[in-house]
Amino acid sequence: MKTIQMLITIFVIMIVSSLSIAADTIKVGVLHSLSGTMAISETTLKDTVLMMVKEQNNKGGLLGKKLEAVVVDPASDWPLFAEKTRELMEVHEVDVIFGCWTSVSRKSVLPVIEELNGLLFYPVQYEGEESSKNVFYTGAAPNQQAIPAVNYFMDELGVERWVLAGTDYVYPRTTNKILKEYLISKGVAEKDIMINYTPFGHSDWQTIVADIKSFGSTGKKTGVISTINGDANVPFYKELGNVGIDATDIPVVAFSVGEEELAGLDTGPLVGHLAAWNYFMSSDSEENDNFISAWHKFTGDEDRVTNDPMEATVIGFNMWAKAVEISGTTDVNKVRPTMYGLTVPNLTGGIAVMNTNHHLTKPVLIGEILEDGQFEIVYETPAGVIGDAWTNFLAESANIVADWTPPISCGNYNIKTGKCSGQNY
Amino acid sequence: MKNFVKLILLILILINMSNNVYADSIDEIIFALQKSNFSEKEVLITKLGDIQTNKSLKVLKSLEKGSIYYIKKSRINVFAIKVDKKYELTDISTGKNLGLSKKNKIKRISLNNKLRKYTRTIIAKSSLHSDNKKIRIEAVKTIFQSNSIELLPLISQALENEKNKSVIRELLKTQASLSLLSEDKLLINKSLDYLMKITDPEIISIVNQFIEKYKTNDLYKVEIIKANNLLDKINSDIKFYKLLENLFFGLSLGSILFIAAVGLAITFGVMGVINLAHGEMIMIGAYTTYVTQLIFPQFIEYSLFIALPLSFLIAGLIGVLIERLVIRHLYGRPLETLLATFGISLFLQQLVRSIFSPINMPVISPQWMSGMFNVHPALSLSYGRFYILIFSIIVFIALLILLRKSHFGVEIRAVMQNRPMARAMGIKTKWIDSMTFGLGSGIAGIAGVALSQITNVGPNLGQSYIIDCFMVVVFGGVGNIWGTLSGAFLLGIGNKFLEPYSGAVLAKIITLIFLIIFIQKRPKGMFALKGRAAEINQ
Repeated sequence: MKTIQMLITIFVIMIVSSLSIAADTIKVGVLHSLSGTMAISETTLKDTVLMMVKEQNNKGGLLGKKLEAVVVDPASDWPLFAEKTRELMEVHEVDVIFGCWTSVSRKSVLPVIEELNGLLFYPVQYEGEESSKNVFYTGAAPNQQAIPAVNYFMDELGVERWVLAGTDYVYPRTTNKILKEYLISKGVAEKDIMINYTPFGHSDWQTIVADIKSFGSTGKKTGVISTINGDANVPFYKELGNVGIDATDIPVVAFSVGEEELAGLDTGPLVGHLAAWNYFMSSDSEENDNFISAWHKFTGDEDRVTNDPMEATVIGFNMWAKAVEISGTTDVNKVRPTMYGLTVPNLTGGIAVMNTNHHLTKPVLIGEILEDGQFEIVYETPAGVIGDAWTNFLAESANIVADWTPPISCGNYNIKTGKCSGQNY
Repeated sequence: MKNFVKLILLILILINMSNNVYADSIDEIIFALQKSNFSEKEVLITKLGDIQTNKSLKVLKSLEKGSIYYIKKSRINVFAIKVDKKYELTDISTGKNLGLSKKNKIKRISLNNKLRKYTRTIIAKSSLHSDNKKIRIEAVKTIFQSNSIELLPLISQALENEKNKSVIRELLKTQASLSLLSEDKLLINKSLDYLMKITDPEIISIVNQFIEKYKTNDLYKVEIIKANNLLDKINSDIKFYKLLENLFFGLSLGSILFIAAVGLAITFGVMGVINLAHGEMIMIGAYTTYVTQLIFPQFIEYSLFIALPLSFLIAGLIGVLIERLVIRHLYGRPLETLLATFGISLFLQQLVRSIFSPINMPVISPQWMSGMFNVHPALSLSYGRFYILIFSIIVFIALLILLRKSHFGVEIRAVMQNRPMARAMGIKTKWIDSMTFGLGSGIAGIAGVALSQITNVGPNLGQSYIIDCFMVVVFGGVGNIWGTLSGAFLLGIGNKFLEPYSGAVLAKIITLIFLIIFIQKRPKGMFALKGRAAEINQ
């Protein structure tokens, strides 16, 4: 009899203590793949969120409570992202989620996060054409990365012939569609644009590189806009180097190649090729120096690099923390409106603003690859660029705007018809 | 004697003085470079080019390479050379060694693409008269690419003094093509005639520029027709070489497919084991290359030769382990084997992620593996791929000899053709099984060394090749390395000839559909085992 009593008391104590813990922490969900193909990029972001949580706790937490990170592994499996989101929201009852990398993973999370009225911060550059009430997009929209890069090629390098090379999936396809329209609107003839798609993980670039070389031999300056994703970049650049295409002959600007991708590369043949981002590790600012040394301390590795999606994660985290502090609660319905117009310092020395279309205002930087895998910043937009959820260069989205404040309160409001069509993923 | 010493002193002083005079202005220019934007830098670099001393040339060269820095605090200009993780600094104005410094203490004086090209042209101008033939050729080539007619007089001047035939050839080509940019009709005609003789595809760009410029100008009608003829002639030349190039691309892809798949052909063919972890054996080979380069950073040039036997041993050993621990319990149960090896493959991937991190690892290509060699101006093949092609043929021959001539090979074939009979003849079939699996895995390891040169070394390396490997083996016919060889090369060449017409994505799909239809018609692949052996094997 006594033992049963004891057991019951232990159970009661356990339940009470677990309840009190649950009440005492704010839970932060981390939804990044730690295994599978995307682990290569996403593990770093998980570490970034963990570091931010630790730093916030060192500062005393939020609203007098400690933050607690809940890490799940969606294993690069897109439908699993939806399931894990549900798990985070319903089982762990997290207050906010930082996560996703690929667009398809975000699209699979959307219905769940909207149904459960959660909050997702998405830190990666993407193709735009979306604005969900429950998602804040802290990465670049096409007008914050692709368009400025094209302008730089056109104005500074005098490029007249364009190769749009990409991996065959939604981000490159949409971006290239936008860029093609943009180039044509700038007076580039259709015969001066070559569009090429390759499968995921494409490793044999001989034919395509030879094509690019002959496309570039007409006497007009030729440039490559690359939306080639992930692992396929390494053999692509290796082949470019093999064929002797130098950055001074045919420059390549990439939207998916950052410091981390370069860390896995013999950078010799890449020197001088470019990348467009909102952040480079080589940015000269005090915030950046502090962030880098904190990152090195957190990972215990002096050689770890920082990159753009990390900055986007940091901005997203800081904004959310600020919004929670201001609204005094983690309730999504209160935090979301507080986010609009909120400013936090970004790591490049400027200030990031959250707009009512759930996209950020950020500067756009263009960097040239250096021998040591870092970037030399050769161009910076004079002011911040407002992220445009719906591009103006596609006929079907030119009339659509996103504004989550009244009276519109809609992610895809058609200004011609005056209708909000609701989300359609 | 006294006079002699005086003379030397005087000369020394003079040299010193002149050096100092120039050094000051060079230093001033570099100092100004620290804080200027790219258009200001262009002016400063032009100034540097005008000085024309050995030192200014050295500064220009270092600037182009990006090894000129300044110390953030004292603003002293330095040459910096990376030594391990620090930089060794040399003061540019005094030439003194300032010791090692951390990276965040110094800042690079940087150029962008445009300036780099500009600087190269300036350097080329002064290297036109270098004593080294190779440097002269490089210089002429740079000037050729600069497309600037102002350099034409320099070329003509260099032509007068030049004795070496190959340099003269480059000079003449450059002279002719730069002349196209002039307004002088006589000169243009002369150079068009000359270019007609050499039909070098590199001049397409400049001829196109010429046509574009005078297309609407009636005065140049004859010249435009001539230029168009020239282009046609070059293009018909190129067509032929394009075919050869495509063939080489196909052979190269085929050789890569072959070397990746041949290990599988052995395990799958001989033992009938569907080894989904085969890709991970390739991955292990590639990581072995990485580790070899990490351990012997001073032997990068030879690292591949060290890595080859090492990766064979390591991957082979792991293969034997897998066979002993897992697969041997599952013989005759193909589904279970498939699942088990799939599990092993996932396990090995995650193991690599835990040890090396999920990030790709940089494997450096040795100098001799990079670059191209020119067969013809329209056809240049990359060394790396060429060596891999040769290497895979060597592997093929070695395997053929091993299987045909050695005792071990005879035993392998005996087990493959008739297992019970082989056992009856006293062959230790279990031992042969282990060794065969080890051999297949070891060859996959070797393939990893080759693949590390052309693709990224990361945990997903194996995954991206495993499907292609199975395709090749099934297409070629199970259990026959001749089949694997011809299967790999046919698929490679077929793919490469489809790609220009259909694009890479469609080419892959078409290949797969073709394969499915082919397997329907000939379920045993191209080279099926014939006779009784085949029936027993089933």
